[in-house]
Amino acid sequence: MTLLEVDSLNVSMRNAEGHLVSVIENLSFSVAHGQTTALVGESGCGKSMTALALMRLLPEDFVITSGRILLEGRDLLSLSAKEMRSLRGRAMSMIFQEPMTALNPLFTVGDQIAEVLRWHQGLGGSAARERAIALLRVVQIPAAEQRVDAYPHQLSGGMRQRVMIAMALAGRPKLLIADEPTTALDVTVQAQIFDLLAELQQETGAAVLLITHDLGAVAELADEILVLYAGRCIEAGVSADIVEAPRHPYTRGLLNCVPHFTLGRAPKPWVDLGEIPGMVPPLGARGADCAFLARCALAADICRSRPQPALDPIGPGHAVSCWREAGGTT
Amino acid sequence: MSVLDTAASPAAPDHLLDVNDLVVHFPAGRQGPFGKTSFVHAVDGVSFRVRRGTTFGIVGESGSGKSTTALAVLRLAPITSGQVVFAGRDIADLSGSPLREMRKHLQIVFQDPFSALNPRRRAGDQIREPLDLLGIGSGSERDDRVRKLLAEVGLPPQAADLFPHQFSGGQRQRLCIARALAPEPDLIVCDEAVSALDVAIQAQILNLLKRLQRERRLTYMFISHDLGVVQQFCDEVAVMYLGKIVEQGSAAKLFTAPCHPYTWSLIAAAAPPGPVRDALKQRHLVKGDPPSPVDPPPGCRFVQRCPAAVDRCRQQLPSLDAIDPSHYVACHRASDLAETFIQIRS
Ligand SMILES: Nc1ncnc2c1ncn2[C@@H]1O[C@H](COP(=O)(O)OP(=O)(O)OP(=O)(O)O)[C@@H](O)[C@H]1O
Ligand SMILES: Nc1ncnc2c1ncn2[C@@H]1O[C@H](COP(=O)(O)OP(=O)(O)O)[C@@H](O)[C@H]1O
Ligand code: SF4
Ligand code: SF4
Ligand SMILES: [Mg+2]
Ligand SMILES: [Mg+2]
Repeated sequence: MTLLEVDSLNVSMRNAEGHLVSVIENLSFSVAHGQTTALVGESGCGKSMTALALMRLLPEDFVITSGRILLEGRDLLSLSAKEMRSLRGRAMSMIFQEPMTALNPLFTVGDQIAEVLRWHQGLGGSAARERAIALLRVVQIPAAEQRVDAYPHQLSGGMRQRVMIAMALAGRPKLLIADEPTTALDVTVQAQIFDLLAELQQETGAAVLLITHDLGAVAELADEILVLYAGRCIEAGVSADIVEAPRHPYTRGLLNCVPHFTLGRAPKPWVDLGEIPGMVPPLGARGADCAFLARCALAADICRSRPQPALDPIGPGHAVSCWREAGGTT
Repeated sequence: MSVLDTAASPAAPDHLLDVNDLVVHFPAGRQGPFGKTSFVHAVDGVSFRVRRGTTFGIVGESGSGKSTTALAVLRLAPITSGQVVFAGRDIADLSGSPLREMRKHLQIVFQDPFSALNPRRRAGDQIREPLDLLGIGSGSERDDRVRKLLAEVGLPPQAADLFPHQFSGGQRQRLCIARALAPEPDLIVCDEAVSALDVAIQAQILNLLKRLQRERRLTYMFISHDLGVVQQFCDEVAVMYLGKIVEQGSAAKLFTAPCHPYTWSLIAAAAPPGPVRDALKQRHLVKGDPPSPVDPPPGCRFVQRCPAAVDRCRQQLPSLDAIDPSHYVACHRASDLAETFIQIRS
């Protein structure tokens, strides 16, 4: 049985005039036990909102207008607030993008991890403290025995993010939603954290929904990749296919704009990086036609005269939503 | 052209910034009730020079002191000792209005765009703030400038009326860059400024920073953990480890002939996937915790994790020595290791 099944999820925001504007449109995907699925896309494409919808932690003014979210067959949208609370941290937990907003500045990091352990595993006193220190070590915090008594503001940004990861791991979740977990971390630790996530998966069979903007960085780690643009999934498939044979112009753009490290070679004089011009259309400015139209170098008449094409299968485990790619249909 | 240009010493017309033996220690409690005070050695004797119009990169692990170095240069972290010579003038001891005057020439773009912005002020007002504070231009000129700055960082004019929470993370970082540009500074510190941005926007921002550098002869201190970005963006690169610069050189030198074992570890973590990376990881990627920066023992800071450590490393701190005119390394074994590394590369 799949662990998580998301079916035609639609999320909207009520704007200042009281109108609903689309944030996520018709998003469907599933995550199998122990698998890693990556949700990739630029800032503002709705990755975090997807994660928050799954956790049912959407900010005020945001509503799930339709669709289903099934976790081990249970419909999360029909659960009471109390049932959701007991699920969070245990069945599913989340590493937030901005660690400062998720950590309480008034408590030591040790107390905050111990609180999670008390709540979900009934651990108390010195056992919780020992486990908190062990978790801090797992996430490579130097001098864990001392840092367990530190307040969030006494740690560097990188360390705060690692405390967040320790907290998310504390309840041994089946689904770990990691929203840009390594963006703030240096490369050495980033490699270690990715290894750590893989280890945790091995041990507990937990599945990971990994949110990132760096398609290249997760290629190795993810089993499947979903590329999100302006709240719509525009390409999805097996990780290797997406990275080696991207079909959507946006996916290709994402792969081309990263400066790659080259070993043993002097850097060439600066040449502007390949950039995707413009930006993601803001909420409320997304029409029925292809959302990438304004930024797309391949845009043709067909793209302007028809609505956004459906996410169409173009091969085994590979689907794309583009008029100029084989299979574009309404 | 800035007024500071005239202040530059004729002996070193080229160097906008000259940092000499900079030390920043933070008190970290006492060893027992009557013991002496412990200190976090966040920055422990760092020296470097930055030529005007170039980009000086700092790489290194979390907690290695990159941000503190930059904050001390901007006089936003307390300097324990050392000199910070900016445009020919030591600013380490400045205070009051000379310090405020100096501040407009030095700006910073932070790692976390959310905490860097005031949640209760509109975006336009926040970009305008340095102009208001420093009394630059008339009211309508300031409004005009805000619109231009928004456009320069790729935001629509309507963005001026929104609050920070109404922007996505990437858009917020653009606001921070617009705000840093507002007083037309000479030096901008980018502290992981593009690390939190998605790759598409990162490419736009890096291209933008380069264009601004060309047009205004801006000087950057560029802190990043992304070696791919650093290799292409920076002219000169320093590698920091526990408060010390362990290797420094031109980007060309550092990435073609790296010498310090810690630099190799960073490279192993950043190398593109494939058999070469696997071999590098196996040989060079360090494991475990970096040791505590509180009262570090004598000897090389890297000794606990260094695969090449010998006895001497535990007793004696290696100094940062030139191995050629544009390349400095702090390692007792720099010369004999260089040969091993050459073998690995080929
Ligand atoms: N105000 C402070 N009081 C005590 N210790 C501090 C303070 N600020 C920084 N430190 C410590 O100084 C060291 C260097 O911190 P700094 O933030 O400069 O590291 P960094 O290299 O920028 O790390 P990151 O990349 O994670 O931000 C760390 O051990 C940190 O915990
Ligand atoms: N509190 C909010 N009020 C208004 N718009 C918001 C709010 N939070 C996010 N948005 C908008 O919702 C869209 C999706 O945001 P988000 O899910 O945060 O994207 P991502 O995580 O991919 O960066 C963006 O257009 C963003 O500007
Ligand atoms: S449908 Fe047309 S505009 Fe949209 S991505 Fe494909 S080619 Fe570009
Ligand atoms: S001085 Fe010794 S411990 Fe330090 S980096 Fe060199 S070999 Fe390693
Ligand atoms: Mg996000
Ligand atoms: Mg920092």
